[in-house]
Amino acid sequence: MEYDIIIVGGGHAGCEAAYTSAKLNNKALLITSNIKNIADMPCNPSIGGPAKGIIVREIDALGGIMGKVTDKSKLQIKMLNTKKGPAVQALRAQADKITYPKEMLRRLNGEENLEILEGMVDALIVEKNQIKGVILENGQKYYAKAVILTTGTYMKADILVGSTRTRKGPHDEKPSENLSTSLKSLGFKILRLKTGTPQRIQKDTINYSKMSIQPGDSIQRFFSFDDNEEYDTTKQIDCHLVYTTEKTHQIIKENLSKSSMYGGLDDIEGVGPRYCPSIEDKVTRFSDKERHQLFLEPESIYYDHMYLQGFSTSLPHNVQEKMLKTLNGFENAKIIKYAYAIEYDAIYPTQLHASLETKIVKNLFTAGQINGTSGYEEAACQGLLAGINASQKIKGKTPLILKRNEAYIGVLIDDLITKGTKEPYRMLTSRAEYRLLLRHDNADLRLRKYGIELGLISKDQKEKFNQKLKEIKELENILKTKIITPTKEMNQILESFKTSKLKDKISLFDLLKRPELSIKEIKKIFNFSYSKEVEEQIEIAAKYEGYIKKANLAADKMIQLEGKHIPENIDYNQIKNLASEARQKLIEIKPTTIAQASRISGVNPADISILMIYLKKGEKND
Amino acid sequence: MKDTICAISTAPGKGAIILIKVSGDDAIKIVNKIFITKDLENEKTHTIHYGFLKDEKKLLDEVMVSIMKAPKTFTKEDVVEINIHGSMVIANEVITSLIKNGCRMAEPGEFTKRAFLNGRINLPEAEAVMDLIESKTKASKNLALNNVSGKFTKMINELKKDLMRITTNIAVNIDYPEYEDEVEVTNNLLKEGIKNYKEKLKKILKEAETGKIIKEGIDTVILGSPNVGKSSILNSLLGEEKAIVTDVPGTTRDIVEGTINIEGILLNIKDTAGIRKTRDDVEKIGVERSIKSIENAELVLYVINNNEPLNKEEIKRIENLKQKNLIVIINKVDLKRKIKLEEIEKYHPIFISAQKNLGFDELKKEITKMFNLEKIDLKDATYLTNARQVGIIENILEKIKEIEQAIKEKNPVDMIEIDIKEILKLLNEILGETYEDEVINAMFKNFCLGK
Repeated sequence: MEYDIIIVGGGHAGCEAAYTSAKLNNKALLITSNIKNIADMPCNPSIGGPAKGIIVREIDALGGIMGKVTDKSKLQIKMLNTKKGPAVQALRAQADKITYPKEMLRRLNGEENLEILEGMVDALIVEKNQIKGVILENGQKYYAKAVILTTGTYMKADILVGSTRTRKGPHDEKPSENLSTSLKSLGFKILRLKTGTPQRIQKDTINYSKMSIQPGDSIQRFFSFDDNEEYDTTKQIDCHLVYTTEKTHQIIKENLSKSSMYGGLDDIEGVGPRYCPSIEDKVTRFSDKERHQLFLEPESIYYDHMYLQGFSTSLPHNVQEKMLKTLNGFENAKIIKYAYAIEYDAIYPTQLHASLETKIVKNLFTAGQINGTSGYEEAACQGLLAGINASQKIKGKTPLILKRNEAYIGVLIDDLITKGTKEPYRMLTSRAEYRLLLRHDNADLRLRKYGIELGLISKDQKEKFNQKLKEIKELENILKTKIITPTKEMNQILESFKTSKLKDKISLFDLLKRPELSIKEIKKIFNFSYSKEVEEQIEIAAKYEGYIKKANLAADKMIQLEGKHIPENIDYNQIKNLASEARQKLIEIKPTTIAQASRISGVNPADISILMIYLKKGEKND
Repeated sequence: MKDTICAISTAPGKGAIILIKVSGDDAIKIVNKIFITKDLENEKTHTIHYGFLKDEKKLLDEVMVSIMKAPKTFTKEDVVEINIHGSMVIANEVITSLIKNGCRMAEPGEFTKRAFLNGRINLPEAEAVMDLIESKTKASKNLALNNVSGKFTKMINELKKDLMRITTNIAVNIDYPEYEDEVEVTNNLLKEGIKNYKEKLKKILKEAETGKIIKEGIDTVILGSPNVGKSSILNSLLGEEKAIVTDVPGTTRDIVEGTINIEGILLNIKDTAGIRKTRDDVEKIGVERSIKSIENAELVLYVINNNEPLNKEEIKRIENLKQKNLIVIINKVDLKRKIKLEEIEKYHPIFISAQKNLGFDELKKEITKMFNLEKIDLKDATYLTNARQVGIIENILEKIKEIEQAIKEKNPVDMIEIDIKEILKLLNEILGETYEDEVINAMFKNFCLGK
């Protein structure tokens, strides 16, 4: 069988990759070991959160589907950081673990160009450093022009509980035994990573009356920019806040040596993420803290269990039982699924181009946890870009590479390929130096144009977007040209808004900059009516004009360096005076621009100056 | 990959021993070619060896050779130090022989440059090594030494730590909004922190002036009308005849310079052409130069003649110098007083006779008092010492002003944090380091977070 693109793995990266490949008119094949696990959420039941929520918006702006599927399957949704500035606000939803995969599969099945096959990929067919196809466990061969690997945590997966190590994937699924060996023999450097997940607790054995409620927002919220379907905000399902107790900590300390990570197992090489410490980690490292927060989250209306965020551990089952009973409201609680840690193979992401194509094998792309990331959103956005760029590659078009000032997705991929990672990489707002430009509210303004160019955005959506652009310009124009003067009437109005009187004439746009005024008051001075989204854009543009200007200036500087290309055939050994660490890193990572080189850790400003002088000399000689 | 360099490391001039330093990948191999006593390539690192150097058939010297293998050396490269007898003839022969065998003569400061490029020392430390080599007084040497030893780096790192704590806390507030056990950084909290920080920076900047004084000395000009005895005063201060002294007004047509050491601090004194209206073109240029030199001076010694009444013009000239560090000197006190003391009493003049060498101790005391020279910590000094560093701190103070304004305008904390990060970047610039994922690393080290 001959396909355009084969996608190996049906998780969040695989789904976006498969959907996009098909949408871009490629004959696509998604191979998954179990169709039931398509778009499975093996860990927390939530999508979004700080930075991650913005990634979901970006996926939607580009034409991906995670946002739309989440909107359809949410149990609760809320905007985080509402008391802070617009740059750090982000959505987070609790998604139903049954509805989400179902909705995803429905959408994938709706793509005519996409076939889904159940099977386990064992090896890759590579000829002259170019991918040709895959070989299944049963020997069956499938050929394609490009292959996208999205294997998640399945390559050589080991489940760790207490002192036991078992070779299997999440939900006791069969792991992939041979694929990482196949990659290794092709020359890929393999990385061993580790992550964990907490207990699932039977719903009706929990006493909720002792916990504080964490409800969803009372106004409607959507990840997607399109086709938002109204919903009843009162029918959302609550989360609950729980605290560990002194007793909990005591039990953990007494049993510490039984934890896989604290001596229970002595052959652990996987590096776990610092942002997902196990409860034993927290108790040991922050021993002065009297209690730790835990969040009880609904998994599905069809399930009879809840997810206990913050209680992830690799202690043995009997200790987990004892620990749990020390929590308020869990005196009689029953564990349905025990917490466990999982160790798996990934590849060093510095072996990738910015397009997510591997440097070693042409037309082979990788996305998601195989690239060393963690999180559904991080995986999905890579899947989307891998799908887009695999399609571009086989059509002989230039890849879509998002810059660090354009999208969190750009930050994520650039970090991976430039800095690599030693632990599962999670997106954080602090990773984005231009976060003021990368907001929840403007994801479409930043990225939809690429979706339109590629053909991932429907005609209706495109028209709606263009209309929004037009209206933003209109309103900006109105506010900037409408000048008010310090008349008696005007100053009376301003006084009623509790803001100081005018001394001089001023545009409404500049008036809006006053911290005590919002667009609501401006409307009372001069009436206009635009959608909430349009008015929000102008409000942000006015209020944070200074900061946005600064951010753009910094970004321009970066883009300038981004424009300074480093030739592919550069010989770093020929450059005198480079520090040895810098030389080694530059040879390994092969940055394509000066900007990228400057972001490599171990490459200092002095090295960059030397490199720039060297390149300049070369230009003169040519 | 790196070529091997060599140079004489001891100061030029007579001494019992001259040290020749060799650094680079082939340092040991090259020295081994001319060291005939044993095979240095088989010797352990950080050992010293006695033996003879021979160039082809000619015996060069009896020497001690230290071999130090990378990376535990000053340059982080293989280093060989050859102690030869204190003769420039031998030194030149050895250097020639080393070059013949594959070495290259080091450029000025190249050992330090390599130490910096190889990550052995950071930028301020490299700068300090240069200062150390160039230091003229004991005090400036101490200052440079402290910076070489990383004291300065520590000071900047302390400055970074304060801000890191704030940014990390804000980052935690943003990325973990529901973690109630971490303190929420508010504008009020920030305001307090920034205020203290500003004070700290201002103090450092103030002290930088002291650092500059220690390193470069105090730029001093001697001013006054022609023939009041400026050049005599300069000569007395210097203890040598540097300026021409005659009775003819207008003899000093150029600026004459000299330095003296007061309490370990250099006074860089410029004698100037006397200021007066003149038709002589050459003298005119001199007068203009004198006036210009006032602008850059940190101390003005204004000399008047005890033996001649002051005119109004001159009183006005002194008045105009009020903004400067000014000492009025009444010279020729051995002659008859013709000036009215009450006209200049408010400047607390110093009485001097350059002719009779009287009053110079009082003058030095006055200078010491004016610049607090006795209080300058010459031993334990850690100051910003160059314009690059001072410039960056001034830039940071500008950013602080922006932050204060932003707090006033009630901007969200997460916006203001962007400015704070800018400052962190600038502090890293002082150290010549890049800004990496320090905040993220600190987040997970200092805060209890995660699912």
